[in-house]
Amino acid sequence: MEIESSVSSSKGVPRMRYRFWVPSVALLGAVLALLAHPSAQTRSTPRWPDPVPNRPPIAEKDKKPAPRRSLVGMWGARAGNRQATNQSSGVQLKPNNGRPENQLPYTPYGLELYKSHKPLEGADAVPPAATNDPRVRCEPLGMPRHNHYDLGIQIFQDEYKIAMLYQYDNRWRIIWTDGRPLPTLADGGVEMDGQYREARWFGYSVGRWVDDYTLEVHTVGTMAEGRVWLDNTGRPVSDQLHVIETFRRLDYDSLEWSETLDDPKVYTRPWQTMKMPMTLQDPRIDLMTRYCSPSEIENYNREYGNAVSGK
Amino acid sequence: MRNRLVIVLTAAVGLLTSVPLIAHHTGTTLYTDKTVTVKGIVKSWLWSNPHCLLRVDVTGEDGQVVEWIAETQAPNTIYLEGYRAKSFKAGDEVTLTLRQAANGRPYGQLAQAVLADGTKLGSLEGARGRGAAAP
Repeated sequence: MEIESSVSSSKGVPRMRYRFWVPSVALLGAVLALLAHPSAQTRSTPRWPDPVPNRPPIAEKDKKPAPRRSLVGMWGARAGNRQATNQSSGVQLKPNNGRPENQLPYTPYGLELYKSHKPLEGADAVPPAATNDPRVRCEPLGMPRHNHYDLGIQIFQDEYKIAMLYQYDNRWRIIWTDGRPLPTLADGGVEMDGQYREARWFGYSVGRWVDDYTLEVHTVGTMAEGRVWLDNTGRPVSDQLHVIETFRRLDYDSLEWSETLDDPKVYTRPWQTMKMPMTLQDPRIDLMTRYCSPSEIENYNREYGNAVSGK
Repeated sequence: MRNRLVIVLTAAVGLLTSVPLIAHHTGTTLYTDKTVTVKGIVKSWLWSNPHCLLRVDVTGEDGQVVEWIAETQAPNTIYLEGYRAKSFKAGDEVTLTLRQAANGRPYGQLAQAVLADGTKLGSLEGARGRGAAAP
């Protein structure tokens, strides 16, 4: 304002110069300030990356140290490996292919449960029209089956908890890391602080840092048999299930996700289901939709599934 | 006429066009383990969960038109194989390699689609999963 008023008292040419130079200098200053800002030097125009996890494993020479006590990031199973991503033939370490080494230590009740299941995958698969997989009715997969299907996991954390966002059906679970004790199994649910709580699809999870790069997670209080399966091949789990997971941050871009089941109602001893290598993905991925929609499944069966199942 | 179906050949055991695909469903009888190759004209392409469906009219050597339906895995699985929501449109000429339904009907699990311009989607090793009604 002051410049303008002083200029207005001047002759025409100087006034024009001021009008040109003042905004020009200001613009130049703004541009220089922007260029000096680190983000302006490193960021190009934001874009939409491929909407699926697809980053290949990191070369040895590009590996960086892992951050301390952090699992934060978008994680995907090994690129291009559908069996790793979907575990469609059964859990990663024990595919259901009829081989002796992959037979599970069923209790009599566990075996009975398994035989009552009509899965779409595995050694005892049935056609789509004959399945009784709860997934086909869009029932939640629950814990731990969500760990065995369509892996793509976004992890957030704060000082109290870790949140895991699952790609399939946009589900999420919480792991408490604030030191609270694991509830005890009781009457189909759990007991905590002297109170009874009902079973839940993802149960109740608590985690403890074993060291700066290893988180051990225990989960109990999951849904009873009849509501959930272990995997796509119809293996069972029960309401007595105790899941032990280990998340090992091997380096900045690599996470090893292990899982062991202790379920004396259906298995005679604990056994390990997976030891999954996960790779850190582009944090800007906006994942494709993979909701379970009853109307889409109905349409698929009408258009295809029933006909391909028929004689 | 150009748009007419043509050929195909099928894949009886032992034919050169017959390629064994990965069959990791040891207990399934939903599909044969041999591939069939058909060439036809796209009727529709459904990009949807739990599986995408491609309808193609195929004209046999006898002039009869048969509608084939090929299924793929879910969109987020086949995206990395090159498939997109607009990969096909009605009227496109396309050659499909698929595992045919074991019941002999014109249904199959798509391994690879080749467009008229030579673009290949999927791969001959790509018939993974049974393609059942699995969301």
